[in-house]
Amino acid sequence: METSFALTGKGYVIVAADTTAARSIVKMKDDQDKIKELGSHLLMAYSGEPGPSNAYIIMPTQPTDPLLSFYSGDTIQFAEYVERNIRLYQIRHLYPLRPSAAASWIRRSLAVSLRSRNAFTVNLLIGGYDLADHKPTLYWIDYLGTVVEVPFAAHGYGSYFALSLLDRYHNPDATLEEGLATLKRCINEVSKRLVVSPDRYKVKVVDKDGVREVEL
Amino acid sequence: MSRSYDRALTVFSPDGHLFQVEYALEAVRKGTCAVGVRGKDVVILGVEKKSVLQLQDPRTVRKVVMLDDHICLAFAGLTADGRVLIDKARMECQSHRLTVEDPVTVEYITRHIAGIQQKYTQSGGVRPFGISTLIVGFDPHDTRPRLYQTEPSGIYSAWKANAIGRSSKTVREFLEKNHKDDMTREESIKLTVKSLLEVVQTGAKNIEISVMEGYGKITNLELSEIEAIVSEIEREKEAEAERKRTRLAATAARQAAMATRADAGQPSGQ
Repeated sequence: METSFALTGKGYVIVAADTTAARSIVKMKDDQDKIKELGSHLLMAYSGEPGPSNAYIIMPTQPTDPLLSFYSGDTIQFAEYVERNIRLYQIRHLYPLRPSAAASWIRRSLAVSLRSRNAFTVNLLIGGYDLADHKPTLYWIDYLGTVVEVPFAAHGYGSYFALSLLDRYHNPDATLEEGLATLKRCINEVSKRLVVSPDRYKVKVVDKDGVREVEL
Repeated sequence: MSRSYDRALTVFSPDGHLFQVEYALEAVRKGTCAVGVRGKDVVILGVEKKSVLQLQDPRTVRKVVMLDDHICLAFAGLTADGRVLIDKARMECQSHRLTVEDPVTVEYITRHIAGIQQKYTQSGGVRPFGISTLIVGFDPHDTRPRLYQTEPSGIYSAWKANAIGRSSKTVREFLEKNHKDDMTREESIKLTVKSLLEVVQTGAKNIEISVMEGYGKITNLELSEIEAIVSEIEREKEAEAERKRTRLAATAARQAAMATRADAGQPSGQ
C-alpha cells in the first residue's frame, strides 16, 4: 500500500515515496515517481486515490452520499494543478514561493476542494529549503486540509510503523548519511511488518543546492 | 451622433477603417523602442529603457518579461495594457503544459496573444490593447531561434530582425541594411545595440539587452557589458570618420599638388 516518509536534518529534507501504481489488489507498475519537484528547492510527495479510475463503478448511487467525495480523488490531477500554479507564481513574480507560503496555498486549495461536490483525496508531504532564512522545512498535509510543520512525517500504512522509529532515531542535526540511515530503518521496518509493503522507493533530497535524487 | 464610427469600436468608418485600432497603433508609435534580432543559434531582445526618476526603484520597471522558461516578450505601447496581456499569456503557457504536458511553441503563444488582441477589436464594451509585442524563444527540442511580432489589430508575423515602438521605421531600415544571416552571439548583440543607438541618444544606461541562447538559457547583460559594446561601436564610428577625414585630406592634397604642377608648367610655356 502507498507509503511516504520525510525527515529533516542539518540543512536538508529527505522525501521518500514508494513507486507502486496499484488499483485494488493489482500492481500495475513499480517505477512511478510520486514526488514532484515544484521548484528549484521544493518537493512534494503525493498519495491517495490513484486515478480518474473506475470510481464510477464503485461510486455510491446517491450523489449526496458523503462517500462520494472519497472515491473521486485524483492525486495526479491535483499534483499537476499545484505544480503549474506554483510555477505560474514564480513566472509572474520573478521569485518562487517560500516553502511555508507554498504549503499554505496548497492547504487552502485542498480545503476549498474538500467543500466541493468532488473533493481531491490527496495526502501530501511538502519538503523545501527556504533560501530566505536558510532552513529546511517540512509540512505534513492531509486531504482534509490539515497542515502541520513537523521535523519528520509519514503517510499511509507505513506511517504506523515508521513514526515510532522516527520518534526514537530522528535527529535534527544529523548529516545526510545519518538521515538516510534513519530512513532505511523505517523502510526496513515497513517491509518486515506490513503485509502489503511496497518494495521500491524513490528518495529525493532538497538542500541549499536544490533538489536531487539519491539512491538508497 | 453623426461621426460615431470613430467612437464605437466595432463599427467601420465608411472607408473601411477601424479608427480605434489605428489609434492603438498610434499609442504603440509613442511607446519606447524595442528591437529583436535573430542570429544563428541565438536571439536578442533589446529595449530602450526610460530613465527612472531619482527616487524610483528601477527594478520595478520592466519591458522584457518571461512568459515561460523558454519564451521572452518585449512590448511597446501602454505598459498597463501590456501587463494584462502578459498575464494572460503566462496563464496560457502553464495551462498548455497542464493539458498536453508539453511547453508551448513560440508560434503557439504568439498566435494566442494575437488572438486575444484580435478579440479586443471585435467585441463590445472593450478597446484594443495599445501594444505591439516582440516574442522570442526556442521551441522545445529545437535549436532554431524564433522571433515573432504581434500588433493591436491581431496581426502576427515571423521576422529575422524587427523593431517596434518609437522610430521603429528608422531602426527597421537600419536592420534591413545591416542584418546578415547566421550571425554569431557577439555580432547579433552588437547589431541590436547599434540599431538601438540610432534612436537612443543617451547611450548604454538607457539600453537593456536580453540574450537567449537555447531552450531556457536567458541572460540579461550587465550595464558594464552594454557600456563596453557601446564604446566599441563608438570607437569604430570614430575610426571610420578618421579614415574618411584622411581620405578627404589625401584627395585635397592630390588636387593641390596637381594645381601647383599646372601653375609651374605655365611659365615655362611663355
